[in-house]
Parts: sequence; C-alpha cells; structure tokens
Amino acid sequence: MGGMVLAVEHALARLRRMHVIRFFEEAAAEAWFAGKVRGSVHQSIGQEAVAVGICEGLRRDDWLASNHRGHGHAIAKGADPRAMMLELYGRRGGTCGGKGGSMHIADFSVGMLGANGVVGDGVTLALGAAHAAVIQGQDRIAAAMFGDGAMNRGPLLEALNWSAAIALPILLVCEDNHYSATTRTADVTAGPGPIARAEAFGLYAESVDGNDLDAVIEASTRVAARVRETRGPVFLHCRTYRWRGHFAPDKGAYRDPEEHARLMANDPIARYAAVLAAAGVEAGAIARVEEEARAEIAAHVADAEAAPWPEEREAFTDVQDLGAPDELARWVVA
Amino acid sequence: MSEMTYADAARLALQQEMIRDPSVWALGEDLGPEGGVAGQYRGLQQMFGSRRVVDTPISENAIMGAAVGAAICGTRPVAELRFADFALCAADEVINQAAKIRYMFDGQARVPLVARMAIGFRTGIAAQHSQSNEAFWVHVPGLVVVAPATPADNHALLKAAIRCDDPVVYMESKELWQFRGEVDPDAPPAELGRAERLVSGSDVTIVTWSRMRHVCEAAAATLAGEGVRADLFDLRTLWPWDQEAVLGSVRRTGRLLVVHEAVRTGGFGAEIVAEVTEALFAELKAPPMRLAGPRAPTPFSKPLEDLHRVTEPMVVGAAHELVRRG
Repeated sequence: MGGMVLAVEHALARLRRMHVIRFFEEAAAEAWFAGKVRGSVHQSIGQEAVAVGICEGLRRDDWLASNHRGHGHAIAKGADPRAMMLELYGRRGGTCGGKGGSMHIADFSVGMLGANGVVGDGVTLALGAAHAAVIQGQDRIAAAMFGDGAMNRGPLLEALNWSAAIALPILLVCEDNHYSATTRTADVTAGPGPIARAEAFGLYAESVDGNDLDAVIEASTRVAARVRETRGPVFLHCRTYRWRGHFAPDKGAYRDPEEHARLMANDPIARYAAVLAAAGVEAGAIARVEEEARAEIAAHVADAEAAPWPEEREAFTDVQDLGAPDELARWVVA
Repeated sequence: MSEMTYADAARLALQQEMIRDPSVWALGEDLGPEGGVAGQYRGLQQMFGSRRVVDTPISENAIMGAAVGAAICGTRPVAELRFADFALCAADEVINQAAKIRYMFDGQARVPLVARMAIGFRTGIAAQHSQSNEAFWVHVPGLVVVAPATPADNHALLKAAIRCDDPVVYMESKELWQFRGEVDPDAPPAELGRAERLVSGSDVTIVTWSRMRHVCEAAAATLAGEGVRADLFDLRTLWPWDQEAVLGSVRRTGRLLVVHEAVRTGGFGAEIVAEVTEALFAELKAPPMRLAGPRAPTPFSKPLEDLHRVTEPMVVGAAHELVRRG
C-alpha cells in the first residue's frame, strides 16, 4: 500500500512537471507579446513528455546538453523555473543573471550544460562531457537533446560517428517534432529517417512515442542504464509534435491544418492525466497539480516583473580573466 | 638547459602538464602513432594512453565542440586543429561556444581549453595551409591569443596556456617547427600578456611576434651597425597584449614599426598602431608604420611566395625611413 501511494505521488509529480513546463512556455509567449520578454522565445508546448521522460531516466549528476528549445529540458533536469522566468525577463537573480536569456539557460548545479543558440552544437558539447566522465573515472553519463532539424547539421553527423567510433557514454536523444524551424524536415531530408542514420554509424537506436510519458520513461531509463553499463552510445528517437510555431511570433501558417489538428489532439499531458485517472488516481488530485503548476508560474511571472535589473557592471564581468574589458567598463560605469 | 626544437619544446610542455595534472588531455587528428603533424605529440599516447591522447576522426566541429564540453565539465583539453586555416572549420565552436559560454552562463563555468592552430608559411603548402589569421581570434571577446616564436617560449607559453582558465588560441609557427634553441625544462609557465624586449634602443620601437621575431632580430643587429638603435619587442601574447611595454617604449622613441607575416589590412598591427596613436599622438615623431603581408592568398611557387614575405632588408629600410621622417 505504501509503495502504491509513493507511485501515485511520483506520477502526480511528473504530471505536475509537465504542467509547469507548459504554463512556463505559455507565460513566456504571453510576456513576449506584451513586450516584457525580448529576443527569441522558442516554445516546447506539446513536447513536455520527452523532456520529463528523458530526465526521469537520468541521474541528477548526469550531464544534459540542450538546444534552442530548451526550457522544458532545463525544468525537467531540475533547474528552478522561477530563476528561469527571471532570466527570460533579463533580471537579477535569473539563472544566468540575465546575461543569457531564453537560448542560453544553463544550470550546472543540476547538470544542465545549457540551452544552445546554434542548432546541433549541444551534441558535440555532450561528447566532451562524456570524455570528461571517462577521463575522471566517473560513472555519470552525458545526454544531448536535439531536434530532427539538427540531423542535417555537420557537427551532429560528426558526433554520431565519433560517439560510436570512440565509444563514449552518451545518450543521443532526437526530439522529432517534424519541423526544421519553419520548414517541414521531410521536405529537406534524404533517406529513411533518424534511426537509419544512427544505425548507419553503428549506433544502437530505438524509437519511442514521445507523447506517451510512460513509454519515454521506460525507454530512457533502460537505455540510460545501458549507456552507463556499457560506456557506449545509444540513440533514442522520440516522435512528438511542436504545437506552436518556431518561435513566439510564428503562427505556423505553413502547416497543414488537418494534420495540425490531428497531432494537437495527441496531447501528452491529457494522455498522462487519462492514464492516471484510469489507474484510479482521483480526479481532484489530478486537477490539483494542474492548478498548483498554474499558480506557481503566475507567481514566478509576478516575481520576474518585480525583480531588479542586473547591476550595470554585469555587462562587463565574466568575459575572461586575462584582458577583460576593464577599459570599456571604466567609460560606462564610472 | 638543453637544446631542442620548437616542436619538441611544445611536446615537453604538454608531457609535463599531463604528468602534473591528470585532468589535462589532448584530442585531434593523427596524435597517436603519427605524433602530430610536426611530432609535437610524439610518444604521448604511448605514455598516457588513448583516453588522454585521443585520435579523432577528421571532424573539426566535433574536436572543438568536445573540447568545450570537456572543459566545462572539469577537464583541461588541448585541442589540436593542425593549421589555422582548418581551425576555421571549427570557428563556430571556438567563437560561439568556447569564447561565450562563461559570459552567457554568468560565470557558472570556465572554459579552460587550448585550441592549437599553427600559422604561417611552410615550404610551399600554399593558400589553404599558410594563412596567419591571428587577428580574427583577437577580435573575439573571451579568447586569449598566444603566438610563441622560440623553443623556450613554446615550452613556457604552452604550460601557461594549459593552466589558463580562459580558452586560449595557441598559434605556433609552422616554419619554426624545426627551429632549435635552449630550453630550461624546469622553467615555470610564462606570464601571458607579457612581451619580451629583445634589444634595447632609443631610436625606433619595433613590435612583432611569431616567426617575424627572428627576421626583426637580424634587422635590429643590422640597424645597430648602421647607427639606428631599435627597441625590439616580441609580443608573444596578442590578447591581452603588453600595451604597457609598447607604450613605454614609444614614449621614449617616438617612432613605431609593427611587423607581421599576416595580411596588413585588418591585421593586428592596425590595432597596435591605433592604440599607440590614440595614446601618444603628440609624442610621435613620425607616423607609425606597418610592414606586413599583401592582401592576397599565399601563392605556391617559391619565387611568388617569397614576394609575400616581409624580409630583413624591408625591416631595415622601414626603420631608416621612420628615422628620416622625424
């Protein structure tokens, strides 16, 4: 009975985390349209089960390198959503002190090596994280999250070969949402798909329904253990769908409305809530985690709007130790 | 002290650093059995194993990306990119990742790596293997740029680069690989950002680095015989560069000549001349002068390549010209 209660609590925590990601993304877009958040905001609405499911398979001290659509990955890895919201607002107390913004959220305290503004680059960073684990004799592994669009970038193809040829403890996760920015990936991609590409490099590869949280957790837990034990790479293809456009102002008008409606109906959060309901979790508890997540994000937004701007000197700090721009700082901040 | 080549001096420095610090490692093409393009890694894989001296595929993006990832996860990689021309294949990882990560992430991580990329001419390897592109890298905030000119410096500066917490672009001169000189194997790491004054004089300040150091040394000796006393500096580090030494010298001489192998237009000499002119305009006796390469790709044919070289007589002539002007 105790185990059962614990399992329900864990399941509700996962559901809550997916809600936190979705409310975070919705709030970020809203703030962007209101002119309160600047720059690019790439939302991952519809892909929450991939982020949460993959991180369920990882340890806290495993490394995770993300991409430009990385809010969900960071939250799932354990980054503080409040600090992340402050970061999007460019405020003091943000995950990166307001110096990185949406595309550069990193939290090394939870093994989150950063979102990345360059498609595919996180994957080669993860290779290096895996090398570091090998050199330091650690049993941690590295994971990289990248999209189907990144499968056409040179660094990623180099990394697929490298991970297998040098045999590194790395989990390569292709989060396939069908779109390379605003172009349908299938329209610009040759060959039978990501799995075939990975297998051509000699990688062990699996594909999973990325909108089925339990399936993603099962797969990621199993393949992460395989990576940890064999100290070799695994490629995991997660089939999902991006509900919104490439970034906040993109309405995604290039998409086929019928297909869009069909794929939107396959909501990973609603699916998981239904799984819990069918397993006998009471409706009140399911509704409660959603409301908690909504209230949490609303509080973060309020905090972000009230938070102070970074100190002026921060514009010039942490460039480098040698030859740092003291001169410039002297002009601007007397 | 022992005499050795410039390439062996770098090999010794890396070996010593790998013994001293187990987090130091190297990755790149042909490092193992081949020992690197100039033997600068010879024997190290046998000594430290294939996990710490990693032979990689010809994948510059992954070499540099992996170096960045490993650097932010607690190790000190030395990434071998062979020639500075090939390093451009990994310019994204050097510029967008290595140089920016510490700043973007608010100092959560340092990126202590060395990106080795040799510059300069070498026996007719022509346009895609000969470029001196150091000014590109100096332009990028976050990077340190080092260009050693002697075996002793290639030893002491490489040690310093490996211990530096900033990402270091380390530019050896290909034509100096076999250049021999005295090296103190126990020498401490050099201070990055400190120029070396090779000759003291009060008539003209000559600033140079890398292979041109040797051309300028010969020129300074000739000039001394002709009554012009040069104050000659090898910068050794281009970012940060030793402004204190150069400004102090020009304050005394009132004349500045900058000599480099790289293309003159947009070359690092332009930055030095600009800084000196801004700081010391009223004290200059003559307009500062740059002697550098033509704005053309490096040709293959020897007589043509020779026409791209800044030579000792050119340096001597330029110094005389500066003195004549005021």
